[in-house]
Amino acid sequence: MASLRHERRIAAPADVVWEVVRRPEDIASWFPGITEVTVEGTTRTITTATGLVIPERIMAIDDTLRRFAYTITAPLYRFHLGVIDVFDLGEDNSLCVYSTTAEPDLLCLVVAGATAAALEEIERLALRARSS
Amino acid sequence: MGRKILFVTTDQQRYDTLGVHGGIARTPVIDSLAVSGIRYERCQPASVVCMPSRASMLTGQYPSRHGAWMNGVPLAVDAPSVAESLKDAGYATALVGKAHFEPFLDPFGRFVENALSNLGVPTVEQRWFDGRLGPHRGFDFMETATHGVAGPLHYASWMRREHPDALAGFYPVLDNDFNVNAAGGGDTGAPQVALNPVPREWYHTDWVADRTIRWLTAQPDDADWFCWMSFPDPHHPWDPPAAERQRIDWRDVELPANYPRSREEREAILEAKSRHWRAWYDGRLVSNYEAPARWVPATLTEDQVREVNALNAIEVELIDEAIGRVLAAVDSRGWSEDLDVVFTTDHGEFQGDYGLLFKGPYHVDSLMRLPLIWRPAPAARVAPAVVSGPVSLVSLAATFLAIAERPAPTWVEAPALPTDDSESDAATVTEWDSDLFGVSVHVRSVVTCDYLYTEYQPGTLHDGTEGELYDLADDPLQRVNRFDDPALAAQRRELSDRLRAHENRPGDRAEPGILMAPV
Repeated sequence: MASLRHERRIAAPADVVWEVVRRPEDIASWFPGITEVTVEGTTRTITTATGLVIPERIMAIDDTLRRFAYTITAPLYRFHLGVIDVFDLGEDNSLCVYSTTAEPDLLCLVVAGATAAALEEIERLALRARSS
Repeated sequence: MGRKILFVTTDQQRYDTLGVHGGIARTPVIDSLAVSGIRYERCQPASVVCMPSRASMLTGQYPSRHGAWMNGVPLAVDAPSVAESLKDAGYATALVGKAHFEPFLDPFGRFVENALSNLGVPTVEQRWFDGRLGPHRGFDFMETATHGVAGPLHYASWMRREHPDALAGFYPVLDNDFNVNAAGGGDTGAPQVALNPVPREWYHTDWVADRTIRWLTAQPDDADWFCWMSFPDPHHPWDPPAAERQRIDWRDVELPANYPRSREEREAILEAKSRHWRAWYDGRLVSNYEAPARWVPATLTEDQVREVNALNAIEVELIDEAIGRVLAAVDSRGWSEDLDVVFTTDHGEFQGDYGLLFKGPYHVDSLMRLPLIWRPAPAARVAPAVVSGPVSLVSLAATFLAIAERPAPTWVEAPALPTDDSESDAATVTEWDSDLFGVSVHVRSVVTCDYLYTEYQPGTLHDGTEGELYDLADDPLQRVNRFDDPALAAQRRELSDRLRAHENRPGDRAEPGILMAPV
């Protein structure tokens, strides 16, 4: 089991960043390489740019904690837990933390690598929302 | 109309695997290019693993400048590219085969190389899903392949579509945990060996040649073109088409000169090197992803070395014949007089040297001495030559631009390749940086006409005081580490100064990329 974390300090209020992250159907707007998304109940299915179809289960969308948790249920993974936390740092600043725990270890590295790029997009969208 | 450039690379091919260098493979096509062109006897890579080394060929920069510092770290999309410069000069540009400037393990397809097959080639008319336009890294055309039939690249997609029944014959490069597979096969149980019943015409070597010919056929007669034809072989897995195995019986293959036959001798040689050599051999250390994590080198048998080397040689022969077909296609278009051919590889392979297989942070000739042949266009009237001093793959970008009569841009870090042996003070540097699951290794080596010198920078395994120094004339197999030999203290100081000068060289450097995948 491997656990990796990426984080990004964003010059936008936590509520603005959380608004970018909280809707499961919006993931394609900030997670790189996703071309299609469908959401039915707690099941989210993403299609990637390589044509892979990956099912996920949404485990938590907590507006109070500002926490989004999900698990990839594809058999490729023996275990996967992805958690996005948005923390209020005050003075219109926030910290967005994207944690990935997974087995096999190497797939953890692969997904976590993508989450680093996702944080960049989350920041871009949050800054755009803040200024609009 | 200018000179056309056919840039041929293989993957993980040792210097001594060509016929012209005494190898057991019959390589008449490459040998002929060597005789009529310039044969380099000591070509060094900027890195001994694929991604950083290939990025150095494309950018003309060392990894410490272009930022793709280890496998799994993508080359920045806006990194310099010799293909882009050639395109700007009016060349049609293509890359067919293995690119690997971006990580392979990429289920999201967020890297262009991996998304190409599924989404199509981006053009000025067709946007990428992420909104970008135009060709990738300066290539008008990219059709990609790697060492098997898994994943999203064009060759794998083609095999799944056209020959699904043949997929199971290929060795699965990765195991179920996505580690490099340690499972043994063939006659000897060697790792990454398999009997692959795939017909030769469907194997990736012939596919790369076929697709190259197809692209060339589509070019107008008066086109100037740069085509990077990049074969995935003879990199592991060693699973060439089974029908070709009769070319070389592994039982007839001699053990390599650098394979110490007694375990005691192997272990004594490894003990004299930096500590990570022996630790890997014993199975106490996994420092990098490029060898099977669950395989212990000390278990390698003589027969396994013979079988791997036989299969490797068969793969090299298939490549030679594929190059011959492409050259015939070029000739049929009447382009031969204006054709420059450059043949090389990205790094080497142990293939039994010191009792080891595969590669890693080990800077010796097994991994660092590469075949490099430049056959200038006959119309250019360049005299055939043998260059014995060290040259670097970093020089390729400037060389291609020189062929196209374009000045070397400021971003290249090395001049064009020499065409004779006049530079006696030549030196090249090879870098290694890795940081995988808590193990970091940082290595710098310099090669001159006389010495191979390595320093291990501080990391998980090294405290910054270790190194290796080999006298290339007295010890061509690099078995006697003279790093602490007082008789070579002056040479060590001078070589260390050369490395310091490399580390402190002026110029802007790209931000080191982020590790996105193991490979």
